[in-house]
Amino acid sequence: MDLETLLGYEWGIMAPEFIILGVATLLSLLDLFMGRNRDRRPLAWIGIAGIIAAIAFLVGMVGNDVTSILADTFRLDSFAIAFKLLLLVGAGMVLLLAMNDQPKEGIEYRGEYFYLLLTGLLGAMVMSSSGDLITIFVGLELLSISSYILAGLRKRNQLSNESAMKYVINGSISTAITLFGLSYVYGLAGTTNLKEIFLSFSNLQGNQELYILGIALLMIVVGISFKLATAPFHMWAPDVYQGAPTPVTAFLSVVSKTAGFIVLLRLVVTVFGNVPSGDEESPFLLYRLQDFIAVLAGITMIVGNTVALKQRNIKRLLAYSSIAHAGYLLVAFATLSYFMFDAIWFYLLAYLFMNIGVFAIIQVISNKTDSEDISEFAGLYQRSPITAIALGILILSLAGIPGTAGFIGKVNIFLGAFMTNPAHYVLASVMIATTVVSYFYYFGIFTQMFFRPAGDKSKIQLPVGVLIVMILSVVGTIVFGLFPGIAFDFLTSINNFGDFVN
Amino acid sequence: MNESFILPLLVFSPVVGMIVLAFLPKTQEKLLKTVGLLGTIPALVLAFIIYGAYQSGTPLADFAIKYGWFGILGKGEPFSVDFELGLHGLSLVLILLTTVISTLAALASIHIKKEWKGYFLLFLLLEIGMLGVFAAENLILFFIFFEITLIPMFFLIGKWGFFEKEKAAFSFLIYNGIGSAVLLIVIMILMAKTGTTNINELMTILNSPEGALQGGGVSTELKYGLLISLLVAFGVKLPIFPLHTWMLRVHVQAPVSIVMIHSGILLKIGAFGLIRFGMGLFPEQFQAIAWIIALLGVVNLLYGAFLAFIQTDLKMVLAYSSISHMGIVLIGLGALNEAGIQGAIFQVVSHGLISALLFFLIGVMYERVGTTYITKLGGLAHAMPLTAGFLLAGALASLGLPGMSGFVSEFMAFLGLFKEMPVLAAVGAIGIIMTAVYLLRAVLNVTYGKAKQSYAGIFDIKPVEMVPVIVLLGFIILIGVYPNVLTQPLQLVLENILLGLGG
Repeated sequence: MDLETLLGYEWGIMAPEFIILGVATLLSLLDLFMGRNRDRRPLAWIGIAGIIAAIAFLVGMVGNDVTSILADTFRLDSFAIAFKLLLLVGAGMVLLLAMNDQPKEGIEYRGEYFYLLLTGLLGAMVMSSSGDLITIFVGLELLSISSYILAGLRKRNQLSNESAMKYVINGSISTAITLFGLSYVYGLAGTTNLKEIFLSFSNLQGNQELYILGIALLMIVVGISFKLATAPFHMWAPDVYQGAPTPVTAFLSVVSKTAGFIVLLRLVVTVFGNVPSGDEESPFLLYRLQDFIAVLAGITMIVGNTVALKQRNIKRLLAYSSIAHAGYLLVAFATLSYFMFDAIWFYLLAYLFMNIGVFAIIQVISNKTDSEDISEFAGLYQRSPITAIALGILILSLAGIPGTAGFIGKVNIFLGAFMTNPAHYVLASVMIATTVVSYFYYFGIFTQMFFRPAGDKSKIQLPVGVLIVMILSVVGTIVFGLFPGIAFDFLTSINNFGDFVN
Repeated sequence: MNESFILPLLVFSPVVGMIVLAFLPKTQEKLLKTVGLLGTIPALVLAFIIYGAYQSGTPLADFAIKYGWFGILGKGEPFSVDFELGLHGLSLVLILLTTVISTLAALASIHIKKEWKGYFLLFLLLEIGMLGVFAAENLILFFIFFEITLIPMFFLIGKWGFFEKEKAAFSFLIYNGIGSAVLLIVIMILMAKTGTTNINELMTILNSPEGALQGGGVSTELKYGLLISLLVAFGVKLPIFPLHTWMLRVHVQAPVSIVMIHSGILLKIGAFGLIRFGMGLFPEQFQAIAWIIALLGVVNLLYGAFLAFIQTDLKMVLAYSSISHMGIVLIGLGALNEAGIQGAIFQVVSHGLISALLFFLIGVMYERVGTTYITKLGGLAHAMPLTAGFLLAGALASLGLPGMSGFVSEFMAFLGLFKEMPVLAAVGAIGIIMTAVYLLRAVLNVTYGKAKQSYAGIFDIKPVEMVPVIVLLGFIILIGVYPNVLTQPLQLVLENILLGLGG
């Protein structure tokens, strides 16, 4: 490849990635040359400025035709734009939380906090734009490795160390499984480029190849389930969520999960979406295997929602709740309906606001008392009515009560589940039943906040970063709950991901 | 003249009160209570304005509004949801009932002892939910309002209730959560199969032969499935026999003013849903399972009546009596003829008024005596002659004394059922006798006998407390003597329902 072709690429479509990369590099250099005792919190604003700039560039690209550069390894389609928006907004909010994270023992490496969040974000963004197995894997690893370090950032804290260790071990196993699955795909297709794989698989005939592809699909889904925190790879979530610093937990539960769904959609739909099954009734292999995914979704929802009932630690509780939500999202995927992309995107959007908002408030309370027991929320309504009401709204959204974004998200998923032929009645019933189960623990938090008297009567001060996050998330939850048209109009304007495969 | 702005104004008018409340200091008890009461007034006034306009000839269709809200594939395309409110005879009657009982319940809230600000904020939110449920012309909107009633109720029970309030609140939440979950599934299936959630459009699509093609996915089996799901969803709310335990807890543990609303209006949403959606959307299937509904009604009637007979707590007597009376609604619906359905709707309204009255009086008594156990009461007629008298009047209305609203509804519901299923009706008639037995036993034990010593120094019902009693009794007697006030707005609804059944 000579210099001219290299310069001839439309590098502009990578502008958001370059900005994030540049800011991450800048932050790491600043961190290196700053005095040891200098306050590093203002650095977060540089990171946030970078994220806002990246969002601006990304929004400017809405409506462009599909462009791909670097020999089709990096492609910018509406899917990439829409999901990158989620990633950027999520990471920006996490960054604000990280700025105000003030655990009792202090944070030694706050600089790392910021630029590792950015590199993790970069990995996720690369994944959403990748058109090649290699770039997907590189992005996945960049995100994973950044997250491993982030989980152990509270160096003197035993739980944080445990969390990082568990995360690394589980993560490596799952990555290995994914890679194993990908190797079958490469073996059959002879190429790592997704587009070529898509084309070459469309006239696959032999039964043996189909079996191998079926195994490959299951391995990939199982491997990715680690990032999603769904069955069978959900066991890490409670321990890691509990031990990791709260902003990192928020990052794992939102940005990292979004990245997981991005890679799931990218890989599974392009690689397996076009494989003929050799069966008259269901023409594509994916439709014959959707029951397996549905079973995984069902198990995930049941495990997440029932085990959450017994949790006293609020972060563990939210870990199980986030497993449950991943299960709901997997329902949308398993139905493979016309609304699949829309439903997943909208649910992730709603989930982003409600979950980061909840973690913001948890962060303030656990920083103050150094405890994450659910009883720390007792009497929150008397101590700080605004915080209590904000948390109340966010939890209502998690529970899927109408008027909030979480409800519209669930409506989308149900609609998808019932639209297909045959309709997925069982799966949808499991989803709604487990949602009712989830009322127990979500409203249990309400009991603490509103009904119980406060042990510690002192007022709660919200630092500025947390305050911004709380306002953003509550406003987002309500606006997308009452006027979901805004989001749907955006999706219509990008043609409902119509250019995903072409 | 364009009246269409009145209805949304009516539904959302409690918001004004909520905004004012939000700016008031927490500690001003009197002020908060006054504002809370005033917050319910605009809806009351508007409801009567609508009723007046309707009586003077404005068709109810004039009050309908429709705005594009959102569409999953863009507004106006299939799968879009509009913000649409509208009125028909049944919803008009129930909105009137809601506004009246809300205002009276706000008046009854003088007995609330703490955190008045939060209480009235939730109270007004609850009112918006109830009004919206009856005015919604769209299933998604209906569901949203339906759930809006759920959340404030959870807090109102759990925070301001009696001893076991949190347990009652969770019991309420989970049972109703299951009910609304089932309802949501029905709504989503209908939306997915037909592309719309507008109730009138759905009626057309589901019941016309060409519509069968349009909504190709809705087979007859699916219709049966959906109807039975609806029966479960609204059966929790009503409540129908095996799904009723939550409702007993709520009746005993919730604050009295909230029980007035709960038993007066919220239970009626179940009946409303069965009539509007069960009969409206699936008339043929409803006809086929009508005998089950009538049977469930008789079971409810007898079960409630027999258990009410052995209760020691006056609140429990009334709770079981509510179950028993909801049985009459089911009996009327199961009869599926004009008299039956009319009886059912009358019973909905009449029981709303009567139970609100009885619970209000229990609240008045509890304020003074501090207990509702029949064994610990007795001889109240000496200490509180007026209260005792009103209690007796309420009980007589409840057991169906001619000249009061309870009589009209019971008579018509049974008239309907005797025409269709005489054996079942004959069995059910035992329930009517039981009603008289248990109500008189409870009320007479409370009022007659020797006055307890602990009554020393208690005073009778205050003038401000008389207002709800007089108003409610007035309505009860009005409907009993001149049922035409209800029959007239309901006429068109009934004709439509019967047309759907006949066709």
